[in-house]
Amino acid sequence: MGESTAHPYMANSVPELQREMLDAIGADSIEELFSQIPADHRTNRPIDLPPALSESELTRHLIGILAKNRTVEQNLNFLGAGSWQHHVPAACDEVVRRNEWLTSVFGEPSSDHGRNQAWFEFCSQLAELVDLDMVGLPVRSWGGAAGSALRMASRLTGRNEVAVVRAIDPERLSVIRNYCEPVEMANHIAVRLVGYDPATGLMDLDDLRAAVGDQTAAVYFETPSYLGVIEHQGAAIAEITHAAGAELIVGVDPLSLGVLAAPVSYGADIVVGTIQPLGVHLNTGGGVGGFIATRDDDRYAHQYPSLLISIAETIEPGEYGFGLSLFEQSSYGKRDKGNDWTGHSVYMWAIAAATYMALMGPKGFEEIGGVILQRAHHAARRLAEIEGVRVTFPSGFFKEFVVNFDGTGREVGEINESLREQGIFGGKDLSQEFPELGASALYCVTEIHTGNDIERLVGALTKAIAR
Amino acid sequence: MSIEPKELQAPVWREPVIHQMGAAGRRGVLFSRVEDEIEAGVGPAENLIPDAVRRRDRPALPELSEPEVLYHYLRLSQQTLGMMGISLFGTCTMKYNPAVNEAIAWRPEITEVHPLQHEDTLQGTLEIVHGMDLILREVSGMDQFVFQAGGGAEAAYVNCAVTRGYHAARGELEQRDEIITTIQTHPSSAATAAMAGFKVVTLPLDENGYPSLDALKAAVSNRTAALMVNNPDDMGVYNPEMKDWVRIVHEAGGLAFHDSANFNGIIGKLRPRELGFDACMFMLHKTFGAPKSGVGGPAVGAYGCSAELAPFLPSPLVAFDGSRYHLDYDRPQSIGKIREFWGNVPVVVKAYAWSRAMGAEGMAQVSDLSVLANNYMEKGLVAIRGVTRSHPDAKLPRLEMTRYSLQTLKEETGVDIHDVQNRMSDFGIDPPWTSHEPWLLPEPFTPEAGEMWGKEALDTWVAVVKKVSDEAYSNPEHVKTAPHKQAVHRLKPGATDDPKTRATTWRAYQRKTGR
Repeated sequence: MGESTAHPYMANSVPELQREMLDAIGADSIEELFSQIPADHRTNRPIDLPPALSESELTRHLIGILAKNRTVEQNLNFLGAGSWQHHVPAACDEVVRRNEWLTSVFGEPSSDHGRNQAWFEFCSQLAELVDLDMVGLPVRSWGGAAGSALRMASRLTGRNEVAVVRAIDPERLSVIRNYCEPVEMANHIAVRLVGYDPATGLMDLDDLRAAVGDQTAAVYFETPSYLGVIEHQGAAIAEITHAAGAELIVGVDPLSLGVLAAPVSYGADIVVGTIQPLGVHLNTGGGVGGFIATRDDDRYAHQYPSLLISIAETIEPGEYGFGLSLFEQSSYGKRDKGNDWTGHSVYMWAIAAATYMALMGPKGFEEIGGVILQRAHHAARRLAEIEGVRVTFPSGFFKEFVVNFDGTGREVGEINESLREQGIFGGKDLSQEFPELGASALYCVTEIHTGNDIERLVGALTKAIAR
Repeated sequence: MSIEPKELQAPVWREPVIHQMGAAGRRGVLFSRVEDEIEAGVGPAENLIPDAVRRRDRPALPELSEPEVLYHYLRLSQQTLGMMGISLFGTCTMKYNPAVNEAIAWRPEITEVHPLQHEDTLQGTLEIVHGMDLILREVSGMDQFVFQAGGGAEAAYVNCAVTRGYHAARGELEQRDEIITTIQTHPSSAATAAMAGFKVVTLPLDENGYPSLDALKAAVSNRTAALMVNNPDDMGVYNPEMKDWVRIVHEAGGLAFHDSANFNGIIGKLRPRELGFDACMFMLHKTFGAPKSGVGGPAVGAYGCSAELAPFLPSPLVAFDGSRYHLDYDRPQSIGKIREFWGNVPVVVKAYAWSRAMGAEGMAQVSDLSVLANNYMEKGLVAIRGVTRSHPDAKLPRLEMTRYSLQTLKEETGVDIHDVQNRMSDFGIDPPWTSHEPWLLPEPFTPEAGEMWGKEALDTWVAVVKKVSDEAYSNPEHVKTAPHKQAVHRLKPGATDDPKTRATTWRAYQRKTGR
């Protein structure tokens, strides 16, 4: 009956307690309690794992393994492409690590009051950045948000084709294609890619006009785009989209919204995006999260697949609390008849983001946007001064830009290898994903990169190219 | 069991919504200005933005100092009961989230690492991910795991996408357009199947507490793409005919997926693969010790499958060649991505740490203690006036959960499960789980003791139900107006749904109330 030494994680791993409980049940052994399971379902081979580790052994074991990693603290990092390195205020980490939230489940609005309020404040602050009245609780990633929004649009319009910008993260496009279902399925949504102008990186409006018609449920583009470019033709895109009776879905990095116009101002119907830049660490990719926002209109409200949380008065005059809204339309409420599906998401990152947005305030977002723009443009100009190096879209970008190495005769892979030897993580290699861009890499420069960091990169790149 | 439950008092901070706080001009975080020479070189930031998309107004965010923000959220955290009370939340396998795992997962070797770094710089993380894969293979009998799904429901969605890939490769996807599930399988199986484009066939229960074999036989055909089922189910009922189920589905050409969400009751006792299942799913954020965090996450639905299905898994997979670890993207039959990057790495690290701290014997003890605790509680709960157990004819001991009903209590006192949930929180009990929709049993509740809580906590939980039952029969109004000791009172019914009052954001609330 269990081992003689109690396990620190299990209060009843004391044989005497188990005996007391068995006596209360009137059973001789724990084994009897498994009598529902037929003998031929039971394994005849016990689990075989290395011996259990004590906490000190475990710590040593894990730290030993993790020491094989190299971090962006030890190296100068220019990778972005969906997971961006920004400063995370220590207060965000202090808040998000609280055991009270971590160990909560889903009690009542009264017993989960504080957590629910923090979630509401995430939605409420994000709402100010996107300038929309309805924001859902976070979804698992930007791609998931975009895929869900495209399906919302398909249900709203009864149409089964969408036009999606081609200058998009291939990973996100793959997520979207899975959400839109393969061609064999009865409700398949065809994804039509809209090209970009090779000179500017902006959406090719002629291609968009050719792609959009009365079969189009939605047009989807991002600003800044995957290639870093600020799409400034939003109003024209909205006009083409709405003339066809389609929904305009715009993906954004909310960190840019202190300086860039909210997409609703030029006609967006559904706004989606990432929440990782809002106070969440890279976490080896485990920092990603997404959001969906719309006008507070039943037309949209009834299509959300995700959970929504609403402020409401309590039975005590003058007091308010926070509870789930429109739960019934979710898959928890209606199983396969609900709006797509919901489940575990990244709700703790919503709390980190709420803390981040509160620390930032309007001035913080304005300032960080400006600092990023200046640092990124400075970096792009300095890199373009290196012989053989060209910045493909040299203006009108936010924090990422495409650097082309065709003139150096070097592959991105070998350049990045040399940079790595010099303690620098170079930009993401685009050569395979966007072959038309040649030997190119996507560089990310944020508020954390100083002038000295940029000079270090210029020096290292010069050396990498020369050898 | 002579515990007399005592009322507790939750913190009442009356914390304003953050938009009501602060003062114009306050700052919570500053950024260093760019160097003068950069400013001189590139000019003012606003000139770097195309005129058409420059933001003209400032977002109406609060303006606060750093301590105001920090203490606001810390006060809110205090108004969250969770496991600071006693939380036996059913179907969720709630367990201890070890402090050491949190400490490790917040180290820079994990938080300050970019997923697109070169493999040479990721060897530590890849070793842990691969190690977790091997542990789950041993526990489940499957041949390969992937951690891309950000939760259990998303792992069910992975299963639907893999099912599409498998049948498409055989040219049968158009024909095989149905997925079979059961009414006591988690809603996410039915919902992800529908969202993936399948017609969903849901089997009802018979008097044993699980669907009959005949019902399955009637549902299976050459249109069957897959079976998606949990076992044990969310009532602690184990379907003893499951091997036949898998055989019948296989004979019809379908795949069989085991939603292993309730694995806490059977870990170490059986392996889904040995029952014939082609695939299964574990929730690392619950069953393997990482935090659930509300409804919740960041989380991981670890999806495992047979070698036959492995080519269809999302990319990348972590591979080991005997000396180095690789991210394998070269997988032509892969369904691609269901989420960006390769999973919530910190959660995988926590699950790996939990597994290594438990070892094989510890894991086996998890199901022993969970099932023992559930049956121990059942003895106390069914003795309480107004409480009945589901499927009274199914006499065998339930596994790690039991579903109960308060219908008798409601008929005799007017007090319903919602009232009881609220009143229990006054005694420091995290309100218990009822049941997923639809409620097959009226006024349901489903405690799941798990392996973490001691006998005293279980006794207290049962004693609180007894206390609330006594109150329902003696002073029902006191229960119906509960909670009395929480941070706030219960919400006005319907207020969060009515379009006139529903407000998911502060600005919507201000507009609708004119405040």
